[in-house]
Amino acid sequence: MTAVINVPLSLDDKTFEHVLEQLAPVAPDEKVLVDARHTRWASPYGLTALLTLAQTRAERPGLVVPETEETASYWARTGFFQHAEGLFELAGHVPRARGGESDVLLEITPVAKSDDVHEVVGRIQQKAQSILVKELNLDAKSTPLFAMTLSEACQNIIEHAGRGGWVAVQTYKWQKRLGRRVVVIAVCDAGIGFRQSLESAHGRRLDERWGDGRALEEAVLRGVSRFHDPGRGQGLAGVRRYIGRWNGKLSVRSGSARIAIVPSWDEDVPLEEKLPQFPGAQIQITIPEHVVER
Amino acid sequence: MINHIDLTGVLRRTVCDLYSDLVTRPTGAAVRDGIEKQLAELGDRSLTVIDFSHVRLLDYSCADEIVAKLLMRYASLENGAPPPRDAYFVFRGVNDSHLDAIEAVLERHGLAIVAELDGGDVILVGTVLAEERLVWEALCRLGRLTAMELAREAGLAGSDAERVLERLSQRRLAMRLEQSYVAVGAAQ
Repeated sequence: MTAVINVPLSLDDKTFEHVLEQLAPVAPDEKVLVDARHTRWASPYGLTALLTLAQTRAERPGLVVPETEETASYWARTGFFQHAEGLFELAGHVPRARGGESDVLLEITPVAKSDDVHEVVGRIQQKAQSILVKELNLDAKSTPLFAMTLSEACQNIIEHAGRGGWVAVQTYKWQKRLGRRVVVIAVCDAGIGFRQSLESAHGRRLDERWGDGRALEEAVLRGVSRFHDPGRGQGLAGVRRYIGRWNGKLSVRSGSARIAIVPSWDEDVPLEEKLPQFPGAQIQITIPEHVVER
Repeated sequence: MINHIDLTGVLRRTVCDLYSDLVTRPTGAAVRDGIEKQLAELGDRSLTVIDFSHVRLLDYSCADEIVAKLLMRYASLENGAPPPRDAYFVFRGVNDSHLDAIEAVLERHGLAIVAELDGGDVILVGTVLAEERLVWEALCRLGRLTAMELAREAGLAGSDAERVLERLSQRRLAMRLEQSYVAVGAAQ
């Protein structure tokens, strides 16, 4: 039997939870068909998380591609189908990716080893300068810090996931929630997740509150790492520092919990637990346009 | 003798000749290994300029592997292994974004370095006590001094001057030359 998973009209970090709610009762080895026919928009988080979802299934899932040409073309420009072809059985018309002007700062890129991070960082620096400074009104010094943020987020996969993941960067106008342009980094993997990674630290004491939420607090808020080396765990701390400077938002989902560093412009909750279980870690960094006061 | 190590050169020799960004832990570890191989060819005492001028990007992980771990190996730290040789470092060509990563990792480990910024200013970066900064700046200003000379010039008690100078020497921020000391950074 095949379980049909409906993808929402608009797919982002919030609405991806509806996908996971539908997936929760489905046995890991049961065939699923991910139906994105009616989807009109997807964030980089939504697209990379869909690829991650496919990685978690024992049997290769099906994916019905969006039926509107505009949406499917956009997904093609992000590089989604190029990777989805290897993970899903695609149904529907898959358009070819065309070049030209695009809000895609970094196409969906696999990250599995240190060389991939060099590649990602090299590519982003070429494109990021004009977007960050001209469109988001950020200081010119933001470009290297942005690339460092991206580097550390990607390294989370290499250091902790135990398997490859995906990264994508996109800029768009976030009309509904913010009324400003944002740049969004999504880094998703289907690896072991924060809880298991921290549990692997030898001699770690676990109390009754231990779980995915606590593991996220330890890693994201306190910079705890599975390594005894005191220099470890600084990557996400650095990411937190930068997003603070930019009044940005960081959210990290792992297992059944999600933690967020919430800026004043957002109404998210700092910690959500008892979410549908999903392997690995899914990170989203949102940096808003800086409004110049006159 | 002053030794010069261009980090981009080490990166291209040890990791990949196409890279100019110092990112990721494996890259940092490989570059540190390359630096240590060069240090091993020098005498027992050396001053090495580690040059960041051509490094486009430095992330935390790489800063931790290259700067912090190098220093942890060569500084005489409490409960640490004795350093393999008497090596001192000046980090040259450090720009604002490099500084951001370097400061964070040094503070995490309670370390400090001498950095020569893009504009040529030489400063202490990291965790430095006020008395250490005062003494290091006095050494930079006045040149080679004994503890007693420093005490007189800086208005410190002789025992305090001696203690702080010894500590700066252990932290690789000052170099002891018989009974006197010079500031690393000024010694170039």
